[in-house]
Amino acid sequence: MSDTLTAAPPAVGAPVRTDAPMLSVRGVKTFYGNIMALKGVDVDVYKGEIVTLIGSNGAGKSTLMMTIFGQPRPREGSIVYEGRDITKVPTHEIAQLKIAQSPEGRRIFPRMTVFENLQMGASVDGFSHFDEDLLKVFTLFPRLKERINQRGGTLSGGEQQMLAIGRALMSRPRLLMLDEPSLGLAPLIVRQIFDAIRELNRTEGLTVFLVEQNAFHALKLAHRGYVLVNGLVTLSGEGRELLERPEVRAAYLEGGAH
Amino acid sequence: MEIFVQQLINGLTLGSIYGLIAIGYTMVFGIIGMVNFAHGDVFMVSAFIALICFLLLTTVIGITSIFLALAIVLVVAMFFTSLVNWAIERVAYRPLRGSFRLAPMISAIGMSIFLANFVQVTQGPRNKPVPPMITDVIVLMDSGSYQVTLAWKQVIIMVATAVLLAGFWYLVQKTSLGRAQRACEQDRKMAALLGINVDHTISLTFVIGAALAAVAGVMYLMYYGVANFADGFVPGVKAFTAAVLGGIGSLPGAVLGGLLIGLIETFWSAYFSIEYKDVAAFSILAITLIFMPQGLLGRPEVEKV
Repeated sequence: MSDTLTAAPPAVGAPVRTDAPMLSVRGVKTFYGNIMALKGVDVDVYKGEIVTLIGSNGAGKSTLMMTIFGQPRPREGSIVYEGRDITKVPTHEIAQLKIAQSPEGRRIFPRMTVFENLQMGASVDGFSHFDEDLLKVFTLFPRLKERINQRGGTLSGGEQQMLAIGRALMSRPRLLMLDEPSLGLAPLIVRQIFDAIRELNRTEGLTVFLVEQNAFHALKLAHRGYVLVNGLVTLSGEGRELLERPEVRAAYLEGGAH
Repeated sequence: MEIFVQQLINGLTLGSIYGLIAIGYTMVFGIIGMVNFAHGDVFMVSAFIALICFLLLTTVIGITSIFLALAIVLVVAMFFTSLVNWAIERVAYRPLRGSFRLAPMISAIGMSIFLANFVQVTQGPRNKPVPPMITDVIVLMDSGSYQVTLAWKQVIIMVATAVLLAGFWYLVQKTSLGRAQRACEQDRKMAALLGINVDHTISLTFVIGAALAAVAGVMYLMYYGVANFADGFVPGVKAFTAAVLGGIGSLPGAVLGGLLIGLIETFWSAYFSIEYKDVAAFSILAITLIFMPQGLLGRPEVEKV
């Protein structure tokens, strides 16, 4: 059931693409031991886009996010970022190419303060814009400012999520990868975070690759989307269009997420 | 009372040395979860580097100022010991990273045996002495029959330890190097995702640990006046005990543990029997761990969110 909609005309806001993608994932197969978690995934992210990858638990969404960073490495396939093959590049060098990730489970440093966690995010950027970026993150998430000297491990789940996103933004990424930013958050804060992503994309042209279980919000936000089922992309297309697809509605919208 | 004060001074001196070595154990454990059994021998090697350097400076080059000589010895010993430990990590531990948990530990035991034997073969099995240095003492109390003295050597050891710990604390807490180090300790994968070179950071940890062990080595040589190829083992085990007592992974814990082990050992030797001083130190460790398995300043194992 590999049904693609990529030929469909882009809606308003979705850029028409003739250029090479910023991030291009081709035929990626990732294994955990003998278990194939990704079975040949193709995903493209163009500059200035918000692209979302939706799918249920265990579909391989987070695996793809981590595979892009070489953790683990794909056994087959290639990952090209800004024209450079990064399939075998060490993880920390990939980060230095200004790809930032707010990973699954947030991975806040528990025994560092909020401030130190944000400093860690800025280390790739060499602290040249630290104060400016800090201000921006605090404007986006004022709660973090209140918690600035608190240890990461003592924050609530929502605060940790904000910190994880803030930390990713501190590196001034050209490509921001967010793994389930809405997980465990109150609907109001989810909206706030999604608004923030849209804002960053519009005003600064930040490219965003978003992994979500919350398909409704994600597809509404994204220019384009991919549906991942059991390690394979089964559907792809423009965000709003995917939202209308009966298979997407049945699997990810009705009964599940609101 | 006089005896008590004297033993307190002696205990703190010994404890400073243990504390400096213990930091190396605790940091390496913190960052890669491995007990570096060769660390005690790295300390012993540093004492030999210091000894050779000291003899070269005083006899061949003819430096007469003992303080200048000691300062140079300290820098040289720190440099070469760091180099040795860096090489050990590259050769014996890094290739085993990602292997099963016991592999690097076994490799560390092998490295410990290698270092001790290498020094035994090249330097001989006997105690190697240096001429006594800085023998002046300050008399703090005098009751006629018993003098409480504070040797300048002891002052140097305690002051050097305090200053280096302060500098080291600053490095770990306030600089980006230290922050990267702590990040790797808390979540290596995430640190890599943020652009931190984890391998370099681990190397750095070994280098810092060795530099502090070298300080301990120089102090040890200055204090006791001899170095022996077997000197790595007992102080190494004591320092490891100190790290566990203080809570392995905790830097202040390592220093506190070192001071406690030094004090326990010294007081026990003074008031009870010197033969059983090690028994006393290890018994306190066992008792502490029964009631506080995470050590005195260690964190409980529940922090994973």
